[in-house]
Amino acid sequence: MNHGTTAPILEIDALSCVRGDRVLFRDLSFEVRPAELLHLKGRNGSGKATLLRALAGLLLPESGEVRWGGSNIRRLREEYSRHLMYLGHLNGIKGDLTAAENLRIAATLDGFELSESRAWEVLGEIGLKGHEDLPSKHLSQGQKRRVALARLLANKARVWILDEPFTALDVAAVQLLQDVIRRHVESGGMAIITTHQAVPMIGEHTRTVSLGGTDA
Amino acid sequence: MLEPLYWVVRRDLTIAMRRRSDVFTTLIFFVIVVSLFPLGIGPEPATLRLIAPGIVWVGALLASMLALEQIFSADHRDGTLEQMLLTPQPVALLVSGKVLAHWLVSGVPLVIISPLLGLQYDLSIDALQVLVISLLLGTPTLSLIGAIGAALTLGLRSGGVLLALLVLPLYIPVLIFGAGAVEATVSGLGGQSHLSLLGAILVASLVLAPLATAAALRVAED
Repeated sequence: MNHGTTAPILEIDALSCVRGDRVLFRDLSFEVRPAELLHLKGRNGSGKATLLRALAGLLLPESGEVRWGGSNIRRLREEYSRHLMYLGHLNGIKGDLTAAENLRIAATLDGFELSESRAWEVLGEIGLKGHEDLPSKHLSQGQKRRVALARLLANKARVWILDEPFTALDVAAVQLLQDVIRRHVESGGMAIITTHQAVPMIGEHTRTVSLGGTDA
Repeated sequence: MLEPLYWVVRRDLTIAMRRRSDVFTTLIFFVIVVSLFPLGIGPEPATLRLIAPGIVWVGALLASMLALEQIFSADHRDGTLEQMLLTPQPVALLVSGKVLAHWLVSGVPLVIISPLLGLQYDLSIDALQVLVISLLLGTPTLSLIGAIGAALTLGLRSGGVLLALLVLPLYIPVLIFGAGAVEATVSGLGGQSHLSLLGAILVASLVLAPLATAAALRVAED
């Protein structure tokens, strides 16, 4: 992987999103560089989740574009997805599959092989030891969230887009996730997250973008 | 290239095996619908032979309709669908995998049970053979076309009814050639030409339907 100045950056250029007939944000422009954490702030309903979905390429913005390494992500599609890890409100895990199965299938679809033993290792790291081969529907809300977050540990994506990643997690898990995100950013990755909690972990690398006024 | 396809099929089959009741509902629905007609019409072999192809085929149509809604709705609810759209794999390929798994679970059992149901209608061995072949060629097409409708109605409140209105008219060509093949065999004309047309429809939808479904899924997740 290339690092430093040659690594591609994520550019958001004059992005506008409309939901129904309500304008969520207009002409939003910023960029995210390698080794940077972007903390997206805003009141409830200010369009944070919508913006993240647009950045992931799930949602077609009203106008403006998102560029990865200079090209519109709409054109890159799968080429961009290769570098992307998106985690929304939904965990994206199947209740009828075990935690390990969920993790391995997600990895294969993301384009890399994850061995059974490595999957168990990752699940142990995220605090699910002893729950690896239980159907996910029997796990608690926080444990399901951990299964989803385990993908972050197994994945090699450069851009992480995380929508409220700390919800439903206990104190230890929040700490762990903060460490994981910090390691990712320090090793040259980018992370774009929304959270209502303070994000003390990155320090000088953290930037903040506010949506819908400053009273957030 | 085909590995993601294999994993999607394997994933969906694993899930189907862990909730077997869903599989049997479709099959039992098919058996009941097709068995009701001889009871209602009466045991006149000549009449039964005449109506058999149409009834078995309409039964298969309705049964595969019944199972359609589940192709994408569960994945939509738990977020695996949006993750699927964000993988580096071509979405049409993943859709093909899901449709294949869906057909294996809801279509193949219908094909296997159909000769047994055909016996109730006093069909000859020849006609039974053609019935099985026509269903084998026709039911994958039903799943492929149905997937487009399922993707288009994803997340709508009255999606089920709308899905039926959307998809049933598109099933008509399959019904005509499927039932036609069996009728032609019963009347001694031979059903080869009908079967060829069924095969042609299958090939066309195999190429086009996953692309249309993938596009519809992107809209649904927007």
